[in-house]
Amino acid sequence: MTELSHGRIMKISGNMVTVSFDTPVMQNEVAFIRHGEERLKSEIIRVRGNLAEMQVYETTTGLKIGEEVEFTGELLSIELGPGMLGQIYDGLQNPLPEIAEQCGFFLQRGVYIKALSDSTEWDFTPLKKPGDRLRAGDKIGFVEEKIFRHYCMVPFALGGQYELVSIENAGKFTVRQAVARIKDQNGKVHPVYLSQTWPVKIPIQAYAERLKPGEPLVTKMRLIDSLFPVALGGTYCIPGPFGAGKTVLQQLISRNAEVDVVIIAACGERAGEIVETLRTFPSIIDPRTNRPLSDRTVIICNTSSMPVAARESSVYTAVTIAEYYRQMGLQVLLLADSTSRWAQAMREMSGRLEEIPGEEAFPAYLESRIASFYERAGAVRLHDGSKGSVTIGGAVSPAGGNFEEPVTQATLKVVGAFHGLSRSRSDARRYPAIDPLISWSKYRSFIEDRQRERGLLLLRKGSDISQMMKVVGEEGTSLEDYIDFLKAEFFDFVYLQQNAFDPVDEATVKERQIYIFDFIYHIIETEFVFGNKDEARHFFQELRQLFRGWNSMAWQSKEFFETEKEIRAFLLGRTKEGGHA
Amino acid sequence: MHKIYTSINQIVGDVITVEAENIGNTELAEITTRRGTSLAQVIRLDGKKAFLQVFAGSRGISTGDRVRFLGHPMRIATGDMLLGRIFNGSGRPLDNGPDLSENLAEIGGPPVNPVKRIIPNKMIRTGIPMIDVFNSLVESQKLPIFSIAGEPYNELLARIGTQAEVDIIILGGMGLKYDDYLFFRDTLEEHGALSHSIIFMHTAADPVVECLLVPDMSLAVAENFALSGKRVLVLLTDMSNFCDALKEIAITMEQIPSNRGYPGDLYSLLASRYEKAVDFENAGSITILAVTTMPGDDVTHPIPDNTGYITEGQFYFKDGVIEPFGSLSRLKQLVNAKTRDDHRTIMDSMIQLFADYRETLEKQSMGFQMSAWDLKLLKYGKLFEEKMMSLKVNVPLERALDLGWEILHDCFLPEETGIKRSVIDQYWPKKHEN
Repeated sequence: MTELSHGRIMKISGNMVTVSFDTPVMQNEVAFIRHGEERLKSEIIRVRGNLAEMQVYETTTGLKIGEEVEFTGELLSIELGPGMLGQIYDGLQNPLPEIAEQCGFFLQRGVYIKALSDSTEWDFTPLKKPGDRLRAGDKIGFVEEKIFRHYCMVPFALGGQYELVSIENAGKFTVRQAVARIKDQNGKVHPVYLSQTWPVKIPIQAYAERLKPGEPLVTKMRLIDSLFPVALGGTYCIPGPFGAGKTVLQQLISRNAEVDVVIIAACGERAGEIVETLRTFPSIIDPRTNRPLSDRTVIICNTSSMPVAARESSVYTAVTIAEYYRQMGLQVLLLADSTSRWAQAMREMSGRLEEIPGEEAFPAYLESRIASFYERAGAVRLHDGSKGSVTIGGAVSPAGGNFEEPVTQATLKVVGAFHGLSRSRSDARRYPAIDPLISWSKYRSFIEDRQRERGLLLLRKGSDISQMMKVVGEEGTSLEDYIDFLKAEFFDFVYLQQNAFDPVDEATVKERQIYIFDFIYHIIETEFVFGNKDEARHFFQELRQLFRGWNSMAWQSKEFFETEKEIRAFLLGRTKEGGHA
Repeated sequence: MHKIYTSINQIVGDVITVEAENIGNTELAEITTRRGTSLAQVIRLDGKKAFLQVFAGSRGISTGDRVRFLGHPMRIATGDMLLGRIFNGSGRPLDNGPDLSENLAEIGGPPVNPVKRIIPNKMIRTGIPMIDVFNSLVESQKLPIFSIAGEPYNELLARIGTQAEVDIIILGGMGLKYDDYLFFRDTLEEHGALSHSIIFMHTAADPVVECLLVPDMSLAVAENFALSGKRVLVLLTDMSNFCDALKEIAITMEQIPSNRGYPGDLYSLLASRYEKAVDFENAGSITILAVTTMPGDDVTHPIPDNTGYITEGQFYFKDGVIEPFGSLSRLKQLVNAKTRDDHRTIMDSMIQLFADYRETLEKQSMGFQMSAWDLKLLKYGKLFEEKMMSLKVNVPLERALDLGWEILHDCFLPEETGIKRSVIDQYWPKKHEN
């Protein structure tokens, strides 16, 4: 081990510190500021002459000019291995429950705890034997972690071909014990542990090829799955003004989405929201695995009052963990809430560095950073033929609810689906407040194209008629148009809207969505006979009430079929064939 | 003990620069001028230069004045001794009482570990139906009142403060008119609330830097009480003045402005204050209600916009009423399932129908013919405004819910309300069936 190089503080401004040095330093190198007993983590973000500017991952209260700084020679990295599922980390991968145990109610600065426990023993089973040819990412054995086989992989950082020299027999090991030794072409031997470290800002690419995202990711939100679907390995964004329900939407998806692992990055948002997730997930049973939801979830939590610099790194920490699980052939969903706070963290730092500001004072590299973050999503085929994916869903909090602002615009360029929330829908309590008239998706829905298009067309027509009615009044609208308007409203109320507080309505499985969409499609295509508008409105009000009750009945239960019969009879009374008097 | 420096070599705005050594970032200093002494805080260090923000303002500071560093950041006395007392923006008494220095706590302390928070679950009843029924206030919630200059928002704040069931009220006034300060003091006194209140008051005539300290001091004191098991309600008014003070200092410090002159870290600065709202496990809680006046009633202005993303909803106070649209309590769902089982139904249905009423009103104003349905809505809207929205109404939640059913019954047939049949069967008033 070489002697660590040192520097001294020359300047302090907010959470940026300028340090003088005389031995070489590296861009993005991690350094520690020594302040009495405390060691404060920081990262070099710019070097000029013999001065390095560093962002400090803590508050800088009390720091003094001339205090010593230790450079570590390492990039900002995290540890990847068994024990992450169910854990709650801060943006630098410090486990928050362990910090709470040590420090109590408050986050004490300068306290860093290892992400993976030194003492937990894992049941290791080898999969390879000495002499086997290996390369980075190959699975050499596994341990059982919660619901999965957690594979032990050849470190991703190793390039070229390797040969397995020795491997331990099945038994108990900690993450600090080597389970195998591998030899490179030059004969150098490397140990392999159950865990490995990886620099967060570099994507993990130990796979054979990237695939085109195709298979739909079922979120059980009807509006999303049926009309604006997301694909496994795809990307989507949810921009919306405050109060439009972004967070509730993200929470519902984190709960109901049909994926193997969910990584939640609470980035610069309210602490209260993440508390709900971390307090309720251990007691909600995931129907897919019959285990608590927390068993498939990793939470990265850097809320708005936690240090800003760590907020910037939290999204990278999250996506790196997602990529790690993808390497095991799992389907991973990363929910980042909110990417705007991450962009703002970049803006704060850029301001302190006195860089020339771009639009709304965001740095000029905003777009490329956002693009390269979303590009880390993707479906891949691994070397052993299995497939994995990382899907990224980012909430965006546009200033003033205006989608023209730089973060939303930069995001829209790189995502595959756009779920735009609107204030008018949320004001009218139409949840989820995703506006079907502005949203889009480039992925394929499991609803038949013909039916999906018809639904969208009806919504557009309904909106046009409603706009027109504001000008010409109800009396100036033909009965035919008025019925179309009522149909669109009906479709919106009973299908697009979903009651997040109803245990059944909250999540609709794929089969039910297909079934109900088809049912509604036929209602949309039916010609009804009404004497006047009041009669028509009353009919649809009653139909809506029946349907709402139907929505909260368990799929294919007895009541479900009974209500279906009732609705069919009710409909028949009004159709031409039904011969209503 | 502490070294005294006399080399002030720059005075810009309220920020002075002193040549000094061995100074800690954010450390406090005392400046003695001809006009008396003032506190100042280190906000930037550059080699030997220490930049200090002078609480009393830089007016009258001479380059030869003495600066003494105190070796610690800003602190504030905490504890029961503060109850009933009034302080200014530097924490000095405004009520002729003694200076306090018990249980000193640093202001702007570290954030709460998210895993130590609990899910809020206690409703704070206020007796105002627009709050209790439609947007329940929850213990540990942070909620702004978005309003416009000229609206009686301070009256609303004082009323919620005096009617809410809490142990301690802390009022932080920022840039208030002197009469507003007297109004708050007198109202709290009239309702017998002053004995369990603490006031930190910065009036419009006081130096702008003192405005910046008000939220931090109020919240540091609140935190101390909450840790000892008290339920504390912190009232802050007006946060827009606080943001404008931030803007002033940021521009003095030559920071690059981001949006309409406000600093790029406005969100983080506001969040670090609002996020102090908390419900401690096995201890007390802090609830924050803060007035934010929106310049030009523009909710997209950076102040209300950033606030809205941080807080858990907002009360939109306009034309003397809490508007049902634009108002939102994000935490209401955590408490309104336990009040009465028709609470959510009444809340959702009445608002949806009220939205329809507003549309009808628009149609009516354009001179369109009113259908039978429109007439029903018009009747409903009027009743709703009179019996629910008016701030004159002061009834407990249960009475307000009954009132809701009565209004629906007076105006509509059950199926027109969109309410599920099972709930209608249970709650629809049966008195005079039509």
